[in-house]
Amino acid sequence: MTDRREVWITGVGLLTCLGEGLEAAWDYLDGGGPPPYDDKTFAPYVVHPLGPISFDKQIPKKGDQRQMEMWQRIGVYAAGLALQDAAIAGNAELLDRTDMIIAAVGGERDVPVDTAILAGARRATDPAAFLNERLMNDLRPTLFLAQLPNLLAGNISLVHGVVGSSRTFLGEESAGIDAVRIALARVAAGQSQMTLVGGASHGVRWDQLLNFELGGVPLKGGFAPVWDRGVDGGVALASLGAFLVLESAEHATARGARPRARLRAVRSDRNRRKQGEIEATLGRQWDAIAAYVDSRHAAVISGATGLEPATSAERRALGKFGLPVRGIGTYIGHGTEAQFSANLGIGCAALEHGKLFPPSGSGDVGESPSMLSQVILTCVGAWRGEGLALLERINQGNGS
Amino acid sequence: MTASERQRGTAATRDKFDRPVVAVTGIGVVTSLGVGKPENWSKLTGGVSGIRAISRFPTNNLKSTIAGTVDEIYRDYMSPAQLSERLASLAGEEAIAQSGIGGKGYFPGPLCLAPPPLEVEWPARFVMAEMAAANGDAEYPDLLRIARQYGAEFGAFRFDILGERLSEHFGTQGSPISLNTACASGATAIQLGVEAIRRGECEVALAIGADGSVTPESLVRFSLLSALSTQNDPPQQASKPFSKNRDGFVIAEGAAALVLESLEHARSRGARVLGIVEGCGEKSDSFHRTRSSPDGKPIIACMRNALKDAGVDPEDVDYINAHGTSTPENDKMEHLGVAAVFGERASAIPISSNKSMIGHTLTAAGAVEAAFTLLTLEHQRIPPTINYSIPDPAIPLDVVPNVARDARVHRAISNSFGFGGQNVCLVLTQEPA
Repeated sequence: MTDRREVWITGVGLLTCLGEGLEAAWDYLDGGGPPPYDDKTFAPYVVHPLGPISFDKQIPKKGDQRQMEMWQRIGVYAAGLALQDAAIAGNAELLDRTDMIIAAVGGERDVPVDTAILAGARRATDPAAFLNERLMNDLRPTLFLAQLPNLLAGNISLVHGVVGSSRTFLGEESAGIDAVRIALARVAAGQSQMTLVGGASHGVRWDQLLNFELGGVPLKGGFAPVWDRGVDGGVALASLGAFLVLESAEHATARGARPRARLRAVRSDRNRRKQGEIEATLGRQWDAIAAYVDSRHAAVISGATGLEPATSAERRALGKFGLPVRGIGTYIGHGTEAQFSANLGIGCAALEHGKLFPPSGSGDVGESPSMLSQVILTCVGAWRGEGLALLERINQGNGS
Repeated sequence: MTASERQRGTAATRDKFDRPVVAVTGIGVVTSLGVGKPENWSKLTGGVSGIRAISRFPTNNLKSTIAGTVDEIYRDYMSPAQLSERLASLAGEEAIAQSGIGGKGYFPGPLCLAPPPLEVEWPARFVMAEMAAANGDAEYPDLLRIARQYGAEFGAFRFDILGERLSEHFGTQGSPISLNTACASGATAIQLGVEAIRRGECEVALAIGADGSVTPESLVRFSLLSALSTQNDPPQQASKPFSKNRDGFVIAEGAAALVLESLEHARSRGARVLGIVEGCGEKSDSFHRTRSSPDGKPIIACMRNALKDAGVDPEDVDYINAHGTSTPENDKMEHLGVAAVFGERASAIPISSNKSMIGHTLTAAGAVEAAFTLLTLEHQRIPPTINYSIPDPAIPLDVVPNVARDARVHRAISNSFGFGGQNVCLVLTQEPA
């Protein structure tokens, strides 16, 4: 398409167990320290909690903080970092026409209320009437707003003033991939000049573990890098928030914005996960971009979850790309809807530093290219959804 | 093909901004009034209410005990995921059959779906607690102990399960999109399909809004926000948009599906064109989580954005399908917005609320009401706002009170405003000559 606009990432906001902000995450990864995880609090589950966060920095009103549950606070915080990074925070004129596509889950429960109802209903003469009575009396009116998936976007509008438009995608990793794919397509086609895209996940909680445990997803037992968890392995759920500002190169140049990277392509697919289908899908996605890739200066940052058989299937597919590979999930855990955006954020840092972070685990293969200029980001969902993106370094000066 | 060649060759199939015109070639709808277009349309224009007392679970201790449930397809216990899937399937099948596109298990475009947010429901939680601690109280770690073993029995807990299952059922292409913009979700699903066709990514798209989530907890949640009508008796008179004595919305179930198709593609295969999605507008609100900005700016901007996207003026609009929830707040703000956008014509242009009869179908509402707006264009007949016996003097609008009206309607807008300040407006027209 000749009338396609070039799209840049001009802002990254990242909140992970590696710290606050993209630079903190990169410094930790580059330092090669041990992955930070917690296998005690929710034993036998292994999770990646955030360190202490001062939410006041991005959500100054305590009243706003009270109206959100943790997944929303994490998301609003990370979105604020991205807007700051793009130098548009507080710019009412620009935020008025900034669009949003957010991948979210919602549904955070009041665990003590649920637990009390489960106990009380056993003793109630009329359990259904008891349930109604307890829900009417015990649920906080504001909890519903913290459960609604679209209220992460709503809170970002309220706290940061992003009001161009707002759409929330549902559906685990695919939602995160499609959010970025459609944000890119809209900016490239001129349907949007600037879009805030991303998501947040608070996996470090009992109710969320239950949702995933019903599907046999979470990692139990000992920690290992995503590639080395074996057939009984799983996903180490994370609390993380990740947002990107996508912007047409023309718009960014006109306002003097500094680009972090060029987002060249995003592919998104689904298959039924029969044997060989993940490999076939990733193979097709790679074929669609391979002609643009200079393999001397390119590498893969994988969002592999650690769950089998998907992780091994992805590893086989990546083997055919013939590029160095790093798995980011070993370090930041798995943020489900937010994972793809987080991976893209890390990809921006790798391009800016011109190198990969050190390997960890048997699937992290190959040496970092001497001058990394292209990164392929993958995201293979625990159950469904395969995505791939091509991110490129922008040489400052000529904008090419 | 250059732009000028394109204009000469297929002028009628591209809009004034040189984008592909997006037609609707199939419509399906299920509400508390019935399954399918004929029954829905005859009852909707007959002023029939689908609101009734809830019978599917005990309503003791609840403040609102009525809903627009779709009882005729409800069997035994169906979780919101199961019921929503059934509603979406029925609507989608009707739309695809009318469109005549694709084949059994094959639809040549993407799925854009507006499902209700899914979660583990109380019946499943109780069963898990029983299994986990037959002789004692169960806490979350106990539920977790047995969850993996019985996971399949508890069914849908993944947010993407409906998109996945419907995409298998219809054979849609690519990754199915599930989205949520609260009460505007159904309209956003249509907008996503329209945009994909305009970008040239596909020739057809299937947009579905479906919501079958009437449960005790969903009633409690909206009750605690004081959003629901508590005038339970008689149920049929509870939803009264734009009336002085309106006191909240009535929760409801339903689904609608549209087959969206580039006009060029529709004409090339000789498909009947049911209408055109001429424009889509959005605007978010940063005022409050559940209330609109008192100056109405976001609602006004949303309608204006839609008209601008369609390339038309307020004078070109013949009918407004209102969001019209029957809450004191929404109807007041919608009037404020309409008055600002339509100026002196505001009190003359017919505006009616389907929700007076079918209640608020939540994530389905934007799609259901777009479907009814398209039927309004097709039949040149405007469904009424029923239960309009005590007009609100602060809302001087022609709400098409109580009785349907024949009218010339070439172009209409359909409003959807959601919690979280997410507003969408669609511009729908008859097929261009």
